Amino acid sequence: MTDIAITLTVNGVVRRAKVPGRRLLSDCLRHDLGLTGTHVGCEHGVCGCCTVLLDGEPVRSCLMLAVTADGHEVTTVEGLAAPDGTLSPVQRAFAECHGLQCGFCTPGFLCTVTALLRDNPAPSDEEVLEGVSGNLCRCTGYQNIVKSVHRAAEIIAEES
Amino acid sequence: MTTKLFGEPVRRREDPRLLTGQGRYLDDLGEGSLEAAFVRSPHAHARIRDVDVSAALDVDGLVAIYTWEDLPALLAEPLPLLIPHPALTHGRTAYPLARDVVRHVGEPVVMVVARDRYLAEDACALIRVDYELLKPVVGVEQAAQSAHLVHQDVPGNVGAHLVQEVRSAAGLGAREAIEAAPHTLAFRLDIERSASMPLEGRGVYARWDADDRSLRVYSSTQTSTSVRMAIAAKLGLPLPKVEVIAPEVGGGFGVKIVHPWPEEVLVPWAAILLGHEVKWTEDRREHFVSSAHERAQVQFVRVGFDDEGRVLGLDVTILHDHGAYTPYGIIVPIITSTQLPGPYKLGAYRVEFSSIYTNTVQVTPYRGAGRPQAVFCMERTMDRIAEHLGADRTAVRAANFIQPDEFPYDQGLIFQDGRPLIYDSGDYPRSLRMLKELIGWDSFAELRERAAAQGRRIGIGVGCYVEGTGVGPYEGGHVQVTSDGRVHVSTGLTSQGQGHETAFAQIAASELGVPLERVSVVTGDTRRFGYAVGTFASRAAVMSGNAIALACRKVREKALRIAAEALEADPRDLEIVDGEVRVVGSPGVSVPLATVAVLSNPLRYAFDEEAGRATQFAGTPSFDRPPVAEGEEPGLEGRDYYSPIRSTFASGMHAAIVETDPLTAEIRILRYAVVHDCGNLINPMIVEGQIHGGVAQGVGGALYERMVYDEHGQLLNASFMDFLMPYATEVPFVEAAHLQTPSPLNPLGIKGAGEAGVIPVSAVIASAVEDAEGIRIDRMPISPSELFGLRRATEAH
Repeated sequence: MTDIAITLTVNGVVRRAKVPGRRLLSDCLRHDLGLTGTHVGCEHGVCGCCTVLLDGEPVRSCLMLAVTADGHEVTTVEGLAAPDGTLSPVQRAFAECHGLQCGFCTPGFLCTVTALLRDNPAPSDEEVLEGVSGNLCRCTGYQNIVKSVHRAAEIIAEES
Repeated sequence: MTTKLFGEPVRRREDPRLLTGQGRYLDDLGEGSLEAAFVRSPHAHARIRDVDVSAALDVDGLVAIYTWEDLPALLAEPLPLLIPHPALTHGRTAYPLARDVVRHVGEPVVMVVARDRYLAEDACALIRVDYELLKPVVGVEQAAQSAHLVHQDVPGNVGAHLVQEVRSAAGLGAREAIEAAPHTLAFRLDIERSASMPLEGRGVYARWDADDRSLRVYSSTQTSTSVRMAIAAKLGLPLPKVEVIAPEVGGGFGVKIVHPWPEEVLVPWAAILLGHEVKWTEDRREHFVSSAHERAQVQFVRVGFDDEGRVLGLDVTILHDHGAYTPYGIIVPIITSTQLPGPYKLGAYRVEFSSIYTNTVQVTPYRGAGRPQAVFCMERTMDRIAEHLGADRTAVRAANFIQPDEFPYDQGLIFQDGRPLIYDSGDYPRSLRMLKELIGWDSFAELRERAAAQGRRIGIGVGCYVEGTGVGPYEGGHVQVTSDGRVHVSTGLTSQGQGHETAFAQIAASELGVPLERVSVVTGDTRRFGYAVGTFASRAAVMSGNAIALACRKVREKALRIAAEALEADPRDLEIVDGEVRVVGSPGVSVPLATVAVLSNPLRYAFDEEAGRATQFAGTPSFDRPPVAEGEEPGLEGRDYYSPIRSTFASGMHAAIVETDPLTAEIRILRYAVVHDCGNLINPMIVEGQIHGGVAQGVGGALYERMVYDEHGQLLNASFMDFLMPYATEVPFVEAAHLQTPSPLNPLGIKGAGEAGVIPVSAVIASAVEDAEGIRIDRMPISPSELFGLRRATEAH
């Protein structure tokens, strides 16, 4: 199988990789680029653990081939904090509200919620629920995740 | 305790790394290692006639292919039966790779190692296994009728049969007591299979150091110490040459307590053989068909009771489906049998179970571990009694409660730890009062009427449980204060998201009087602590929490002794505050714990300025005794173990209000209330999180999750598309209240909390749906279409 050269902008950095055509974006991020914060929970697009932002929009990186992402911008959980390491409002809210336990699904939630609050900085209860309803968590029962999203919206409002 | 941290909702210390993608889970390790994949049986029951690997040999990147015939003697034997029991007369375990016969879809037959997982799967796809199909045995009742056998040498497919009976005070057996009772009822209950289903599957990564002849294995496990011993035994390695580490583990919920999995011995074996690191990461389908399930039982109940609803005799016969193998023994049905009485005094109790083989994935504990079935049985029984007598459901429960002045209360049974089932403490009447107030039990009738006036159908349900937690035999803790004043805590059991690094640090910081930031905690790393049992049965906080507290007390005592000498004070006049040992009442007279650590270790060499204080020409040593006095050890550290006389019993009660759609039969949970008693709380934020998560899994089990096997033993819903785990949209907001009845059994007065949330949920939802519909609910989970079917069946009568 011939490898294909691709160029992605990941977390603001131009990254190059040579990948087989069948390589999943999730595997490329994790194993070719060493960004293991993006997790893989089902490999069939249901659990949402592998959610990353592609050109700002949440996508399942296990349902996309790496070559499809060629030329695009990808943000992973490693790129959510500020360059100086300050956690983003969403990350801080999850810590404050105990919105994670084992942490495996967390990167997917963080990416999803980051995009959600960018598009809708003051979501209603219903909108929060709908916003996170594509991600599975087996630990938290979601209650503190929902609380985290509202808290993140508050932090963003306080800081803007 | 001078630093108040125990009992505070301290933020988790795990979170910064987990929120930034810096956590290291199994598949995040071992870049550049070879990867394994498995050819697994597509048949539920078949004889392997031939394995033809020839087509796979040309696959680019292929390194090795192994079948059972390639395994060395120790590995070629069946895997261990972890928990033998006299009643488990026909325990059977699998071979690491199938030998001759496969007994469930997903059983591993061939292991392939290649340059990466894609290539390993390419090779797997080209391996041809020739099977002779045998008759599959599916469904516990069909299996019990034994038309065909799962194991040819297990008659009737019965792996175990156990009866326990507690006679009434008057000496009556349960059946006699039921015969003599004013009222009797008999019915059947059914519970379907579900599974732990952590979002991270299993995984193993092994590194063999050929120069050192030592092996390091990382496994996504709930017990690294026992995996280590199993690997050493199976690979014939000296124990000190094997280390096992549980890295970040993405959820366990019981399934990862089973060990050694085939992959846990095969991957290290291949790493040694190939002289190269090897890794295997389970994919989701593998997790569905090759790990473990739980829950499925059929229960036949007979109960006798008086006019107040007091149970005079209860007789339960359980058919328990344990799948194709019994590596974890009969722990699940034992727990069902023994936790069934819950918070109640049953006049006489008889429980009998048969644990049955089927050609399905093996059954081992999943959060709750047999208790959800037990509580479903007991609580459905309470509701039946109430219905029969026309009594309030909570009144019937209250009439049966063990009273607060009756502890310790001996249920007369032998629990899962082989020790007497004696409840240590609790306050069930108060718990029920709190719950009724929280959910508004007494005013529900008005709510129902108002809803009915709007054409809506709502119902309320209740469920109570007692959970034996903190089972032994023991856990240990090691605490070391280093000369920089930092406190290093380690314990052998593992973590899967419970926040142990935080809770154990709170305990250590409180006990030692040091700031939380100075404490670090390591779990599940045999390099740091080799003796442990594991994380299961809501035992980690109770077992390791107390062990760490005891180890800290040893360290504290030693620190005070050394500091007393340095300060020329009486140790009894000293306290430790913010990491300083000081004279009570004279805060100016103090010595930092860091200095005490230096002084605790008499040195010849000064590696830094601080260490200079402990060298042989510093200070004024006593020439009458050796630098390390008799009975002393150098260093400010301590190790201790906690081994309880028996389990400690947490309890709780849940109530729910549900709405059922008159047209579509959709079931919606409007409110969910929990009163929970796990003794003293180390970190209420973490405990609540555990409850929320448990309830969510309970809701899954009550309304959505089931393993659908067809008659051929094919699992029809082995993906997240078809196995319906709840999303945020399906889980109700949990209103929780805490009752704290400390355990008298352990120094911290704590009880386990990990499993609690899941235990009564099916019982509660069944109770509420039944109340809304006026239709008897006796099998769970219940889907809208099943409820619709029940309505039709009821109308037809």
